[in-house]
Amino acid sequence: MTLVSHAPLTVTAPVLAPAAVPAPGRGALHPLLRPGAIASLAVVLVVLGWALVPGLFTAADPLVGVPAEKLSPPSAAHWFGTDNLGRDLYARTVHGTGVSLQAALLALGLGLVVGALVGLLAGYLGGAVDAVLMRTTDVLLAIPGLLLSLAVVTALGFGTLKVAIAVGVAEVATFARVMRAEVLRVRTTTYVEAAVLAGARRPAVLLRHVLPNAAGPILVLATVQLGVIVLAVSSLSFLGFGAVPPTPEWGSLVAEGRNFLAVAWWFTTLPGLVIAALVLAANRLGRVLEGRTHR
Amino acid sequence: MTGYVLRRLGAAVLVLWAAFTVSFAVLYLLPSDPVSIMLDAANPGGTVDPAQVVELSARYGFDRPPLEQYVVLLGRAVTGDLGVSVTSGAPVSQLLADAFPQTLALTSVALGIALLLGGTIAATSSWTRSTRLRGALLALPPLGVSMPTFWIGLLLLQLFSFRLPIFPAVGNQGVASIVLPAVTLAIPLSAVVAQVLARSMRTAWDAPYVETALAKGASRGRVQWRHVTRNAALPALTLLGIAVGNLLAGAVVVETVFSRAGFGGLVEKAVRAQDIPVVQGVVVVGALVFVVVNLVVDLAYPALDPRISRTPATA
Repeated sequence: MTLVSHAPLTVTAPVLAPAAVPAPGRGALHPLLRPGAIASLAVVLVVLGWALVPGLFTAADPLVGVPAEKLSPPSAAHWFGTDNLGRDLYARTVHGTGVSLQAALLALGLGLVVGALVGLLAGYLGGAVDAVLMRTTDVLLAIPGLLLSLAVVTALGFGTLKVAIAVGVAEVATFARVMRAEVLRVRTTTYVEAAVLAGARRPAVLLRHVLPNAAGPILVLATVQLGVIVLAVSSLSFLGFGAVPPTPEWGSLVAEGRNFLAVAWWFTTLPGLVIAALVLAANRLGRVLEGRTHR
Repeated sequence: MTGYVLRRLGAAVLVLWAAFTVSFAVLYLLPSDPVSIMLDAANPGGTVDPAQVVELSARYGFDRPPLEQYVVLLGRAVTGDLGVSVTSGAPVSQLLADAFPQTLALTSVALGIALLLGGTIAATSSWTRSTRLRGALLALPPLGVSMPTFWIGLLLLQLFSFRLPIFPAVGNQGVASIVLPAVTLAIPLSAVVAQVLARSMRTAWDAPYVETALAKGASRGRVQWRHVTRNAALPALTLLGIAVGNLLAGAVVVETVFSRAGFGGLVEKAVRAQDIPVVQGVVVVGALVFVVVNLVVDLAYPALDPRISRTPATA
């Protein structure tokens, strides 16, 4: 194996590894019913609500400000305070959710589908195909993810869609590795052998037998990677490579507050807190799911 | 042993070559027209002069077939020539060399803080018998990896530069200017360090030598320090390999937040101006650093743990 083979696997492992294992003998509460898991689920549901029906959560216009109320601290009227143009920051955060979440899900979808396909082919076909595909993913893992994303953004240009593609490309290798490992496990099972002996064609075996049985860990990985992806998307948006200014987006909302750090703490703090809460919740749910599949 | 070193070296060179190839494929083959991107970046919204396009294409070799461009660029890269910046006209290798010391200082300080902080959390959680303290400590790492780096930086700026004027907000001057950026960079990494170390320390506590030491009357503190930490530290060496990627990616964001000169600032400006040669230079050097650190870790393993070199080299 190459020298990078051991490192990439541990890149994600520590993030999803900590003591989600329930303490033995401490009641038989279902892992999804623990307070932490319920709170996480609530955070994810609220954020999903913001993304799907922002109008239900805020009546304020995210694009129109009241100049007289600029830079006012959080209050009953403006939960997150207002920005330098007097726009309601809560409304901007809520309306920015859709764009940010769409980008994250697109990146996740891209990484998942392409990565799973690469892993499926590499694991099932083996031989030279496997060697070429896996060496390529080794290389992708040797380039720090954000740098790879930045290279893609340089080539494609700026915008939410391009940021999503850039982050997705950097995710492909992670999914490919896990998928390949799963396929190698499933491939040797008796039901796959039986299907091959019964005369099923290769694509049929792959789609009907290998894929469904290898999908579990991939979906768990997707939950865990969602947090990583939200962070990457918001980082690129913070650097200014995402949506064009008047449109609110999580990362760029925080960036807009940079010049007002000394006078308006809420400007950067509260939108950033929302990002952190969603990532924390997604990671937590991912660990719960991971614990379930291991049992 | 020589064979082991040579194999590792060969693999490192191969990865480096492949990283160059991938970055070439992404940067030079994806956009339909790099020349117009460059012209537009240099003069936004301006009219494009056809003569300028031809001149620029010839200068950067875009008028030749991709394979020829690739071979020429690779030949130059092997000799250390990474091209010329589109915006400033300076050699890319010079720009990288100028930025490197700043980023090296930032990332080394951050690595030190992360090891100290993460190590303390892991050691305390594995040493303590209080399940409440252990639970509280082990709840910290998931929090650390969930916070956006830029947000941590801005919070620290707010608290320790504006609210309490202890540290300077921007710039590279003096020792004080490195504290906040290094802490920002260290927090997510220390979370990863704590998770990995806590796990390997928990395994070490179950080892027979721990039972022996306890039976001979050693205190928990002595066992933690003399036996568990030493044995758990070795597997954690692999952490360095992960840390490099983390630190380089984090530096891009942190150096922007604190307006520091360095690698991150360089690549951020280059991406904004779509300065392709500079971006490629940073990507290749990023891969180079990753490969070198992992090579050093791989070679240090047998030196630190005799058990590895005694087993036949199958790895």
